[in-house]
Formats: sequence, C-alpha cells, structure tokens
Amino acid sequence: MGRVDRIAEPWGSRTPYGPGENWPIRVDAYLDGGLTEDDVDRWVPSATILHSNGDGLDIAVKDGRIVGVRGRAEDRVNHGRLGPKDLFGWQANNSPDRLTRPLVRRDGELVETDWDTAMDAVVGKVHELLEEQGPSAIGFYTTGQLFIEDYYTLGLVAHGGIGTNHVDGNTRLCTATAAAALKESFACDGQPGSYTDVDSADVIALYGHNVAETQTVLWTRMLDRLAGPNPPKLVCVDPRLTPVAKQAAVHLAPRPGTNVPLMNALLHEILRNGWYDQAYVDAHAVGFDELQRQVEKYPPEVAAEICDVPVEQIREAARLIGTAERLLSTVLQGFYQSHQATAAAVQVNNIHIVRGMLGRPGCGLLQMNGQPTAENTRECGADGDLPGFRNWDNDAHVADLARVWNLEQIEIPHYAPPTHAMQIFRYAEQGSIRFLWIIGTNPAVSLPELRRIRSILGQERLFVVVQDIFPTETTELADVVLPAATWGEKTGTFTNADRTVHLSEKAVEPPGEAKADLDIFLDFARRLGLEDKDGEPLVKWSDPEGAFEGWKECSRGRPCDYTGLSYAKLRSRNGIQWPCNEENPDGTERLYADGKFWAAPDHCEEYGRDMVTGAPVTETEYKALNPDGKAIVKAAEYLPPHELPSEQYPFQLITGRTLYHFHTRTKTGRAPQLQAAAPEVWVEMSAGDAADRGLGEGDLLEISTPRGRVEARLRISGIRPGVVFLPFHYGYWDTADGGQPADGHGRAANELTLTAWDAVSKQPIFKTAAAAVRRLAESGGSPSAAPTTTASAPVTGSPPPTTGGRAAEAEELVGGTA
Amino acid sequence: MKLDLAIEELHRSENELYTVLLSMSDRHKVDHEVFYVTRDMARWSEQHVAELAEAGREFGLELDPEAKHPAGLLESLQHKASELTGRRSAPGLLLLADLRHLYREAGGTALDWELLAQGAQGAKNKELLDFAERCQPQTLRVSTWAKAKLKESSPQVLAS
Repeated sequence: MGRVDRIAEPWGSRTPYGPGENWPIRVDAYLDGGLTEDDVDRWVPSATILHSNGDGLDIAVKDGRIVGVRGRAEDRVNHGRLGPKDLFGWQANNSPDRLTRPLVRRDGELVETDWDTAMDAVVGKVHELLEEQGPSAIGFYTTGQLFIEDYYTLGLVAHGGIGTNHVDGNTRLCTATAAAALKESFACDGQPGSYTDVDSADVIALYGHNVAETQTVLWTRMLDRLAGPNPPKLVCVDPRLTPVAKQAAVHLAPRPGTNVPLMNALLHEILRNGWYDQAYVDAHAVGFDELQRQVEKYPPEVAAEICDVPVEQIREAARLIGTAERLLSTVLQGFYQSHQATAAAVQVNNIHIVRGMLGRPGCGLLQMNGQPTAENTRECGADGDLPGFRNWDNDAHVADLARVWNLEQIEIPHYAPPTHAMQIFRYAEQGSIRFLWIIGTNPAVSLPELRRIRSILGQERLFVVVQDIFPTETTELADVVLPAATWGEKTGTFTNADRTVHLSEKAVEPPGEAKADLDIFLDFARRLGLEDKDGEPLVKWSDPEGAFEGWKECSRGRPCDYTGLSYAKLRSRNGIQWPCNEENPDGTERLYADGKFWAAPDHCEEYGRDMVTGAPVTETEYKALNPDGKAIVKAAEYLPPHELPSEQYPFQLITGRTLYHFHTRTKTGRAPQLQAAAPEVWVEMSAGDAADRGLGEGDLLEISTPRGRVEARLRISGIRPGVVFLPFHYGYWDTADGGQPADGHGRAANELTLTAWDAVSKQPIFKTAAAAVRRLAESGGSPSAAPTTTASAPVTGSPPPTTGGRAAEAEELVGGTA
Repeated sequence: MKLDLAIEELHRSENELYTVLLSMSDRHKVDHEVFYVTRDMARWSEQHVAELAEAGREFGLELDPEAKHPAGLLESLQHKASELTGRRSAPGLLLLADLRHLYREAGGTALDWELLAQGAQGAKNKELLDFAERCQPQTLRVSTWAKAKLKESSPQVLAS
C-alpha cells in the first residue's frame, strides 16, 4: 500500500500490461482526515458521478456521514481505480451551504418556505398555463447527472402526462453529437465499443478527446498499456498540447472549425491506399460510393491548407489508422462542440465501417459522453428523444409507447423531434414557453452567450423553477427553488459511456428537507392529478425500484434492453452492460458483431438527417436508401465556420475543461484539494503569440468578443498559435458579486461564446469564436493559477508545480484482489 | 436549340433563391439556426450562379458569375429589426410565411434544374446533364429543409 499525492499525480502509479492481458487491479481510496478503514461503519456500493467513466466505488459511511470512497476491485470499468475528482469530490455533499429548504420569490427576494407552499406554487402555475395556453407553454431543462429512475419518470410526466414536446437536458451541450453521430451511421443510438478494447488495440485514435482530463481512469488504462510490452500507438487530434498529445505518435492540431476536411483527408488516404474492407462494405453498408466521391476532393494537400496541419502528419496519421489491425477510436468535445460537429464525428464512424472494425476486441468505437448519466437521458426520453430509442417519426413506435404508458397516442407529442435545449430557450425568449423547470444544471454559466441567457431567465413573464443542491447563478434567477438530494443520498441506477449499468445506493440521509429528485417528480405528478386513459394514476410507482421496473418494461425489445437486469442482480454484480435480457443475461460487451445493426426501417430510432441543413430524412427516403438495415456511410462537405477571425478579433477562442473541475464547479469548487489545484480562471496562448505581443506568464488579460469580455491571467501553453483557450468552469457563485459579473468584469468563458449550434445534433458550438486580447496589467511576477499537470502545463518559465501535499494523499493498493 | 434560355432562366432563379435565402437570414437573426443554415445553403446558390455563368458561355451567354448580394443597408436594418422584435411572438408567424415562400422558391428552382437536365438529355450534352444532376439535389435540400423547419416550428407558433 502506498500514499500518493493525487493532485500532483492525477493518474497514480503505473501497473503495466500487454495486449490481450487483463488490466491489473489497483485499489484507490481516500478517507477523511486521518480515518482508517477500521473506523468506517458501512461501505455502500455506487459508481463515480463527476465524469462519464462510471468507475465502480464504495462510499464509506461513519456516524451517518459520508467520510470517503474506495474503488471496487472487481468492477469491469476501473479495476479499483479512482480519479482525483472521485477521491475528493464527495466532500461537497457535506458542505454547509447545501440547499436544505424550498425557496419562493416574494417581493423580488427568495425566501424559505415549506414543500407544500413551493409545490403548490409550481403546480398552480402549470395548471394556469395549461388552461390558458396548453402544453406548449411548459418546458423542462434537465441534466446528465440524475438517475434512470428520475429521467424515466420525468419523461413520462412531461411527454405523456403534460404532453409537452419541450424536454431536453444539458446533455445537449455534452453528448448530443455522440447520439446524433451514432444515429446517422447506425440509425440508432448505442455505444458500439467497450472500454476493454483498450486492452487489445494496437492503435488508439483520439479525436478532440482529452481523455487524460475528462476520463482519468480510462486514460490510466491507456497509460498502463503504453507502459507495457507492445504498446499501442496513439493518434491525437487536438489544438492543445494535452497529456494525450504528448504520448501520441502523431499529434494533429488543426485550426478550430476544420475537423471535417481533416477527417475527409484521412478517409481519402484510407480509400486511395486500399486500406478498407470491400467485402465488409458490400455486405454491411450503404452509401460508400458517395463517400468515395466526396473524399476524392480532399487529398491531404487540400486539407493541410484548410486545417493548417503539415501534410506528412496527415499521411502518417492515415497510415497508422489505415493499417491498424485493432483500431480503437474515441471522440469527444473537440469534435462535438465544434463547427460541423456531427459531420466530423460521423467520419470517425465511417473509418470503422469501411475498415470493418466493429464488434471485435480492440476494434472499438467510442463516441464518448461528458456527464455520468448522459447515456440515460438519451435512453429514457429526457433529452429530446422518446424513451427506449423509439422513433418519433414512426407511428408504430409512438403507438407502442402509448401502450406502455396506457395513453391515447395523440397525448404523446410526435409532430416533430422533441424540442432541443437551444430552441427551448428561444421559445422562452419569444414568450411562448412561460414555465421552465431547470433540474440539476446551471445554464446561467454553462450555456453560450450568458448575457442573453440571464436576460431570458430574468424575464418577469417566465416562471422559472430550479431544482438543485446548491445556490447557483441560476437559482438566483428562479421563482421557486427546490432543494434536492444528490448522489449518496438517494438510490438509483445509471449507465456510463460504454453501456455499463451501476446501481448507486443511498448511503446517508439528505440534508435538511432536501428530497430525492424522484420523490419531487412523483409529488408533482400526484399534485397535478396526472392520469392514464383509464383514469388511473399515470405514474404507477412510488419508489426507485418500482421506477426501474417500469423502465425495464419500456425498454423491452428495444436496443437498450434492460429486462435482464434488476436491483437484486446489480447488488450481486454491479456494472453490467446493456442490452441485458433473456438472450444476453450477462450483458453485451460490444454491439454490431458480425455486421448486424438495429437499422431496419421498422426498428431504427431515426431515419437520419441532412448533414448540412439538419432536415430529417423521411421514412420513404430511408426505406429507399437502406431497406435491409445496414450501416450508413454518410459523406460530408466542408463548410467554413460561421465566425472567422478578423482584424478586430484576430484570435480563435475555444473553451474547455480541466482535470480538477466538473461543470460549473458547484461540487468540485467545494472540495478543498480540487479547488486549490485550479482555483481561478486562466487564459492560454501560444509562446509565439505571447512573444509577438510582449505578453508574459501571469499577465492579466482582457479577452473579448462581440458578446462580452472576460478577465483572466495568462498561461503560455502548448496551444496552437492563433488560438486562445478559456476553461468554462468559472462563474460567479464564489465571487463577491454573487450571481453575475459586476460592471462587466466577467470571468465565465460563456460571456464570450456565440449562440450557434450544429444543425444535425443541435449541440452548441463552443470552439469557434473570434476574439480579441489585450493586456490590462502586468503579472508583477506572479504566475497564472492554471494547473501544470495537464494541457495547461507551461511551456515557458517555471511556475510552481501543481501539488496537493499531504491533504491530497490517497491510498493506492496495487494488485489488490477482486 | 433553346438550352441558352433554360440556363438564363436558371441563372435568374438561382440568383433569386440566393437573395431569398440571405434576406430571410437577415430577417431572422435571432432565430439562430435559421440565420446560419440559410447562409450555408446560400453558398450552394452562389456556386450554382458562378457555374451557370461558366456553362452559359458555350451558348453565347454573358451572365454575371457573381450572385447578387442584397443591399447592405437593408440587410443591417433587417438585422436590427430582428433583434428589436426578438422578444415578440409575431416573428413566429413571419418565419412560417418566409419558410413557405422559400419552399416554393427552392421547389421552382429545382424544377428549373429538371428542365435543364431534360434539355441536356435531349441534346445529348453529357457535360450539361452531369452539371444539372450535380446541382439539383442541393436545391432540393433547400426545399426539404424549408418544409422540415415549417413542420417543426408551426405547432409552437399556431398552438400557443
């Protein structure tokens, strides 16, 4: 057993292994101030919730309080390991400023009240608007951090009970393109690959995926392969010098907004050199000819020009990808939050389809998620999809859902795809949505163009309900605030980015009067008097297990089939991959083995969309294109980004994340070790750009766009020249000014971003804005607060290294037994 | 041989479609998807106009290869007007009307491409036929988008 400063060494110690071997066990644990395992009263099974990796862990409880966590050695995802956010983030649960009582706005001020008063206000408003306008007045904006039971119940209440089409989550910001890209290529959502593909891959290509910071344990798995015999080669596409880029055989750093021409050039090389599987394509795919025609126009020389990447690097990357025997590809925000998001992500799918690399060990495709339960919003119908991957445009699917819910079909809106988040806010701006219930998310910091978002939420005519665990910039704008329980305080299930389902048990009571999200929704449905077509209560369950059983029925026969799972089964073996049913009682490691897809016209979740306009493909068109339900190879042309640098705004601004924080820091900012590791916003610029302008490390800069301005200290990093980077985590809740920037002294990156989204996935674009930079003050010798352990590592000078000291020492037991 | 007439007519209608798309974009600056997607689609018309001018030369036509941009002042006024009315619900009805108009414009232009393709077939002009068959799908995508957007937007406008 060793103690390791996990702030200084976020990925811990190496346990090297070779291709095809089992990843060795290493159990990580952290307990509060000097406690030992002997002091712990109970260990309660759960999984991690501050990223999408879904690492199995046990919550340590002493005297009715959470006092620490320990990785589960037997868990298929992490083999005992935990990341820094998991080791330290739980401390936020015990924070003294949790919301503990409902609040209502009286004379402009939020004041404490009881649940009856708060819920009566909510239900009264909904009744009033349903009477006056109908369901089009009601919107729900949820999160990627609830449980299956919560989402499914909310989807039923909103879509089925109230009958509104306006239900989406902040998953629109993090995972919408993953879902959209899978729907384009396979006509259905569902992660094809498995994390175990890391164990046998010989090439791992990471597209806009800084896995070292976003899924630290998955990166640990890759690092252990890199340290072992016959390591895989990495290909990294990222404009920043990330920890992944530093380990890569080829690092491509394209100009922001040019992922499509880069991908087209890689495919051009793969096709030109014959590195594809013609027999597989003939048997299992449609659309190949169009791809050939399209990528013909993008030889590496053309892409090199558009993307500003050396042509030899494109060729070398294509050679590695094209000649890999076991290719694993992963994709995240560098593609999803960029211009032409879906079009670019789909080209990664295309590589796997044309190379026939699906459904076999090592041949994995991982369209990643950002949040822990993002997958479940997609499955359960809380994010702009219907539950169970049902197709809104297929009447038989809607009829089947009506059967499950015991409703008339017309009660479930399906006149168009469920309204996406950005459109929900537009309707609220326009005044046709007049009630918006925001759950577990902080749009006043996380959505683009914050001045606009604040002004929408601040409207007198919009009734805003916010359900959360802390006061935030968004609760400041609410009419009613509902205090919720969080992870460890409620029971439920959730599914990670490789379809692994974990049961997370209640370990302790929530603080004060805070309630489990499910109980809040059940109470709402009861007070609203929602009924099915026989006059019985619409929601048939009253606890998490009942909700899970309800969800299982809804998923029966659908791709995300949960019918083989139960709380009892997950209690005996936590962490099982769907589909899990009678046929696959132990779950399913990989999808699409033997070239079989869920793409048949009568079964598929979506018929697809136009890659430029986003217009849905009709049923008739789809039946003509893909009658036999094969994989769909979709080509895409390049469109220049909508906002290009100019003389006035010469830089391209990208926003992103750091290893030590999650979202708007509501939890990680309250965990002392994490907060100390990245205490303050910074801005990154390349050494050349800084030298040209005479700027130095730590200088206070103003970054501005036509939307607003932000102040941040400079970190000279390995970022691509011409690009500046701001982390998006920092808002105002822990500043003296509270909810908003005082006198325009912004620090939230989203003051600057533009309101624009990918026409296919509707995911907002956070990585292509034109910005100007000027110095407000010299550093005076003090460096920026950017971490030195990550992509924000300095390339000039020697700012003090990021360490956590004794307070950040966690246990590490290598080779612990399962 | 009247292929020159077909090309001239297409050149006119693609120019018109270009103008319709850009002025629609300007009128709906606060409906961000409409604003950007119409601009992206206008690039197709811009390209078509240039290629039609090129193709027309063979038939003795002297067509302007540059699509005509709507007047700058009007454009900025429409931007401003769009921003000022961003909080009102009336623009919802205006959007429906504009989408309906665009659907018909794009449909008409696609039909003109059909005419050109048919004429090219009759004249056994392979190059011209390929050109028409390459461009027509893009014009059809404009009308498909207009219809889809109309379908998606109308319930909220009409039922609220």
